[in-house]
Amino acid sequence: MNIIIAGCGKIGTAVISALVSEGHNVTAMDKSLGVIDELTNIYDIMGVCGNCADCETLEEAMIGSCDIFVAATGTDEVNMLSCYIARSMGAKHTVARIRDPEYNDRSLSFMSQTLELSMALNPELLLAQDLHNLIKIPSAFKVEYFSKRNLEMIEVRLKSDSDLVGKKLSRIRGKEKEEFLIGAVLRGDNLYIPDGNFELQAGDLICIFASPADMQKLLKSLNMLKKAVKDVMIIGGSKTAFYLSKILATTGTNVKIVEKDRAVCEKLSESLPHTTIIHGDGSHHDTLMEEGLNSIDAFVALTGIDEENILTSLFAEEFNVPRVVAKINNNELTKMAEKLGLGGVISTKSVTADILTRYARAVENSMGSNIETLYKFMDGKAEALEFRVNADSEVVGTPIKDLKISRGILIAGIIKPGNKASIVTGNDIIEAGDKVIVLASGKRLSDLDDILR
Amino acid sequence: MNRRMVLYTVGTAVKIEAALLLLPAACALIYKENSLKAILISAAICLAAGFALTLVSRPGNKVIYAREGFITVALAWIALSAFGALPFYISGEIPSYIDAFFETVSGFTTTGSSILTDIEAMSKGLLFWRSFTHWIGGMGVLVFIMAVIPSLSDRNMHLLRAEVPGPIVGKLVPRIRHTARILYIIYVVMTVIEIILLIIGRMPVFEAVVHAFGTAGTGGFGVKSDSIAGYSPYLQWVITVFMLLFGINFNLYYLLLIRRFKSVFKSSELWVYFGIVASSTAAITANIAASYESFSTAFRASAFQVVSIITTTGYATTDFDRWPVFSKMILLTLMFVGACAGSTGGGFKIARIIILAKTVKRELKKLLHPRSVSALKFEGKALSESTVSSVSSYLSIYVFLFFAVLVLLCFESFDLETNISAVAACFNNIGPGFGAVGPTLSFAEYSPFAKLLLSLAMLLGRLEIYPLFIALSPSTWTKK
Repeated sequence: MNIIIAGCGKIGTAVISALVSEGHNVTAMDKSLGVIDELTNIYDIMGVCGNCADCETLEEAMIGSCDIFVAATGTDEVNMLSCYIARSMGAKHTVARIRDPEYNDRSLSFMSQTLELSMALNPELLLAQDLHNLIKIPSAFKVEYFSKRNLEMIEVRLKSDSDLVGKKLSRIRGKEKEEFLIGAVLRGDNLYIPDGNFELQAGDLICIFASPADMQKLLKSLNMLKKAVKDVMIIGGSKTAFYLSKILATTGTNVKIVEKDRAVCEKLSESLPHTTIIHGDGSHHDTLMEEGLNSIDAFVALTGIDEENILTSLFAEEFNVPRVVAKINNNELTKMAEKLGLGGVISTKSVTADILTRYARAVENSMGSNIETLYKFMDGKAEALEFRVNADSEVVGTPIKDLKISRGILIAGIIKPGNKASIVTGNDIIEAGDKVIVLASGKRLSDLDDILR
Repeated sequence: MNRRMVLYTVGTAVKIEAALLLLPAACALIYKENSLKAILISAAICLAAGFALTLVSRPGNKVIYAREGFITVALAWIALSAFGALPFYISGEIPSYIDAFFETVSGFTTTGSSILTDIEAMSKGLLFWRSFTHWIGGMGVLVFIMAVIPSLSDRNMHLLRAEVPGPIVGKLVPRIRHTARILYIIYVVMTVIEIILLIIGRMPVFEAVVHAFGTAGTGGFGVKSDSIAGYSPYLQWVITVFMLLFGINFNLYYLLLIRRFKSVFKSSELWVYFGIVASSTAAITANIAASYESFSTAFRASAFQVVSIITTTGYATTDFDRWPVFSKMILLTLMFVGACAGSTGGGFKIARIIILAKTVKRELKKLLHPRSVSALKFEGKALSESTVSSVSSYLSIYVFLFFAVLVLLCFESFDLETNISAVAACFNNIGPGFGAVGPTLSFAEYSPFAKLLLSLAMLLGRLEIYPLFIALSPSTWTKK
């Protein structure tokens, strides 16, 4: 598919990288010639230098044959305008990055309609939602939902004192009464799709599928669930901090934002009446102690400086804060931070890249998008996809144990219409209208039938 | 440096050469010639060497950087020439290996300088291979590999940039593989059209194919010792027009295909190219008209020669060495101008000349208005300062190398005109020069040392100096 990415900042570059590895024909567009030169050196893409809201530049990038146009510059208005122009010049789908809270209320749907946007992307909001999930389950690395929260997937790193270490999966499953599935294990650099005889070790990163209710019980019985989060401290008053506070406020959590800039503080306090805004430097030892670092349940570092986020988070971990999450934009730093023992790391880029990858695959399929959701997890080595089952699919009507499924593929769950999700057993039969959650490693799925050999 | 990836790519190129040798083998088979054996043995050697190289260097890490790109291209071209010389040497039709190497380098670099004194005595299979090297070298071997072999590396852009001539190398479409394919499709289609037009003009099929290869790669190897002189005016005009067409930037053909006519007609390089051809033809026609029986003959001869030299092809319809000094000087100047960037032609390239002229104009303006700021634009786009300075430094290294080769060549016992034109003809990938290396004579008289030196000059010219320079500099190979 022909995809144009306008605006090649952090988000744009992450999207380019993801879409190129998906095999799409990508054209990058940016005002700076240096950025374009650099990108065309690294990726197999075409570069166009110019203003993305200018029709001549768009024409040079062959907008007429473009399937998806993504505007990801730093300015919302430019993104909207260029999407509008791109759409009227023949782009089939347009995606605009719109992140200002002012646009992200009721006016968004009106705007999307008027501008004929296929999707409005708000990386900060997406990140805030992810952060919220992470804070809720403090021991998880990553929490994702399928089918409107009917099924949950979490990623957990096993510590040496965990009850699961040294046990075979068949035994674990026999012991616990909840319905769950350990779908994948990442040990070192190798990804395993485990069977009943697989023995878990300390340090393994495992992913668990279960319905939300069962997940809570399971985590409780495994001693992985700590007390509910009541007090959250956020360093840095960014847009993400704003969205996160707003979500947390609806669940009755006490939120405290520490921000350096007085003007930003004042603006935040206007729009977030239930949140405590502190004007102070989040990297100051005294400020943190004064605001009660040792008595909070969760600490989230969201400043624009990766290094500051890493350091303050490590500091917070020293005080045994149950949940610590740092936003890190630079991937290299993420690896270093994880080596230093920082558990929760999150980045805006990967969230956005995941969403666009899913969107591109859905558009490619174009049969009304079979893929409902797509998550990359296990360090990007595996994908979890949710498919809607069509009546003409080849998997319909055969018990799962009789299907010839390729290596590296696991059917994790089936959601029957109107029912709650269930973990798959070999006797289940997939029917049209169901939603199926599939875990795939080493294979790129764009249709449910792709899972068959 | 990723040595394994470099060797692997070179090995792949040699394997491809083995496959390409099957075409001249088929030709030798059709004409039932003895050269078939020599060609097949060479193909087997290429295949064995290619497999050996790719097996020892199976790369784990496929990432390459600009440096690997340059070195791969340089080594691949040297290896292809070394192996490509085998058929001539093994068959015994060119007894000296250095002569065979010179002839092959001259083929791949689309120069067309020859050491053969009696072309018509060669077997058809080898003549086919000799011209086919022009065709392969014209668009580039690695571009061909990119078009046919999926995902050699993720960063093939470095290879493309090192192999395709011109100051600015861009892609036509996002994927490099598709870009390479489009380029080759245009190339093949134009070659086929020329073959058909030549056959319509009653040229024998074999000669039509060989001459089309020579024209397409802007090479200049023929099958007759008097080059194109013996053919009818129609055939000469067909070759003139196609030489002119193959000297145009191939990106423009793609723009025509996708119906962006406006951008084609706005291309300043195209108009400068046509302008130089038209004015040089007019000047030479006026200068030589008196010595020809009719105006049309003089016009045809001068048009053919101007186009042949500026596109760096090197075909001849007349012994231009006997023309007046003024006409010869124009031709010598055109040797340095060269064809458009992104074409199959060699030389300094018109794009660079335009950029240089604009730089000079800007410098003059700066002398008058020291505070003036002016951006340089080329083909409607502002040029980055790094492109401008790279063009200037290319000029310096180009001039410097030209004189270095010339000084070394003057150990030979030829007059200055011969030596200057020989270096100019090889360095700019043209073919024949003046004096003792004129269109009716050959490079056979030079010593083996001079032949190797001129081979190097041809490679430097075709690859635009830097790749070879980087590959040969010791600091590239020592670990820091």
